[in-house]
Amino acid sequence: METTVKVNNLVKKFGDFVANDNLSFEVYAGEIFGFLGANGAGKTTAIKILCGLSKPTSGDVNVSGFNIYKDREKIKRNIGYMSQRFSLYDDLTIADNIKFYGGIYGLSREKIKSKTDEYIEELGLQEYVKRSISDLPLGIKQKLAFLIAVIHEPKIVFLDEPTSGVDPITRRQFWNMIYQQADKGTTVFITTHYMDEAEYCNRISIMVDGKIEALGTPKQLKEDFKTETIEELFVQLARNAKND
Amino acid sequence: MSTSITISNLSKSYEETKALDSINLSISEGEIFGFIGPDGAGKTTLIRILTTLLLADEGNAIVDGYDVVTDYKQIRNNVGYMPGQFSLYQDLTVEENLTFFAGVFKTTIKENYHLIKDIYQQIEPYKNRRAGKLSGGMKQKLALSCALIHKPKVLFLDEPTTGVDAVSRKEFWEMLNKLKQDGLTIVVSTPYMDEAALCDRVALIQKGKILDINSPENIVKSFPFKLYGVHTKNIYHLNNHLNSLKETHSAYLFGESIHWTLKDNYSANDIVKRIKENEFNDVSINTIEANIEDCFMELMTK
Repeated sequence: METTVKVNNLVKKFGDFVANDNLSFEVYAGEIFGFLGANGAGKTTAIKILCGLSKPTSGDVNVSGFNIYKDREKIKRNIGYMSQRFSLYDDLTIADNIKFYGGIYGLSREKIKSKTDEYIEELGLQEYVKRSISDLPLGIKQKLAFLIAVIHEPKIVFLDEPTSGVDPITRRQFWNMIYQQADKGTTVFITTHYMDEAEYCNRISIMVDGKIEALGTPKQLKEDFKTETIEELFVQLARNAKND
Repeated sequence: MSTSITISNLSKSYEETKALDSINLSISEGEIFGFIGPDGAGKTTLIRILTTLLLADEGNAIVDGYDVVTDYKQIRNNVGYMPGQFSLYQDLTVEENLTFFAGVFKTTIKENYHLIKDIYQQIEPYKNRRAGKLSGGMKQKLALSCALIHKPKVLFLDEPTTGVDAVSRKEFWEMLNKLKQDGLTIVVSTPYMDEAALCDRVALIQKGKILDINSPENIVKSFPFKLYGVHTKNIYHLNNHLNSLKETHSAYLFGESIHWTLKDNYSANDIVKRIKENEFNDVSINTIEANIEDCFMELMTK
């Protein structure tokens, strides 16, 4: 199986504080990988490194075939990224947002045009085309943000809590889009606080205090830790940490 | 039980968007009442009107015997409010923040220490740390302490658990349950459907309208369909397949299973038998009880 992310003994320190403590894991092409952990466990630090925004203190990291020390700019160009907090420019129209992001990734004018038509068709946005993003309901905005995050057809897309606050039906439609994208071979690297969503992932990792304490398929992990649900497992691992 | 909050025909619009559309409900004293709904449902607007921070276009609301428009001063003295965004003074220390809020309400930490003891003790070792330097969980505990220090009769919490991990969420609800035992009325909003089960009663809200008001047990009981949990190896493909069937009323992914309801009186067993003969030979089903999220989605699509 092709590997999209390869992390070996990754350590990241801020002064004396060890945010990422010797992480090692791989993520495969077309896989939906859930990156879980309590607040403050070190997820954001690790994601920033994987996205080429921050350098490790030590260890090897390879993303989309590029080395974190040598090719950080190439990593940035070859990944997609979407967060809950910021995704699209509220004051720009839908078409302008697509044009802007397409332009950043160096897509041709024709390509941007065809992507715009494709996205508007897929999300049924015909009536919204000339309106600004702020007029869109949150759910549609998040779906559009996801499509735009993969506009340059990256091998991997990072989704940071993409479904927070979204209504339950839209949340499931969003997951349908994730599955479709993964079916096309894109690796999906996702964080979430909804534990039912953890079950939709092919594999998950659970971080506690800077370390990966569990890594595997949801089914395997539930068997190994003898829990009914991923939520139970999560609470069990994260509570231990807090009691230290 | 006496009434703590009465809301009558409350409406509020922002330009063309109707944030609240004729809301009616009442909340009893000592109750944990949940506003459950996604972003944009109108939860924050409702809480802001009840805490006298926003005026409604139509209708009225009474909180603890006072009118939200004419008696706003009394209400402000008698309610505690924790907004969705952290709004304490980041440059003041933990203790300074608490002293400040106690002072605003003409009381002292000493006088009401018993109210916040359980919560505040957890952050007291850091009382000389600036609020801006606290972790998310500690900020939340400080904000809750500040909202309680003047001994409010009603506590409003706007999405206290959004973006908070599953463990901290559990701990936060344990704190609320302790506060309830002191007779406090607690109004809390959340986008997490599973938290509805922790409230005495809830209002399910979507696009400014109330879909249902009841205890979580009664909402779940009134789910109008027989609900099946469907299991298979590749639930994504099976879910698409179920959704394409004419007999299907709804099929939604739920963790490792699919929640499935049928139109009319179609037999689930017959359909499963047919499906198994095709590509999904490992399908199994069982009847299950609906949860709040099932009910919410059913009401949304009605």
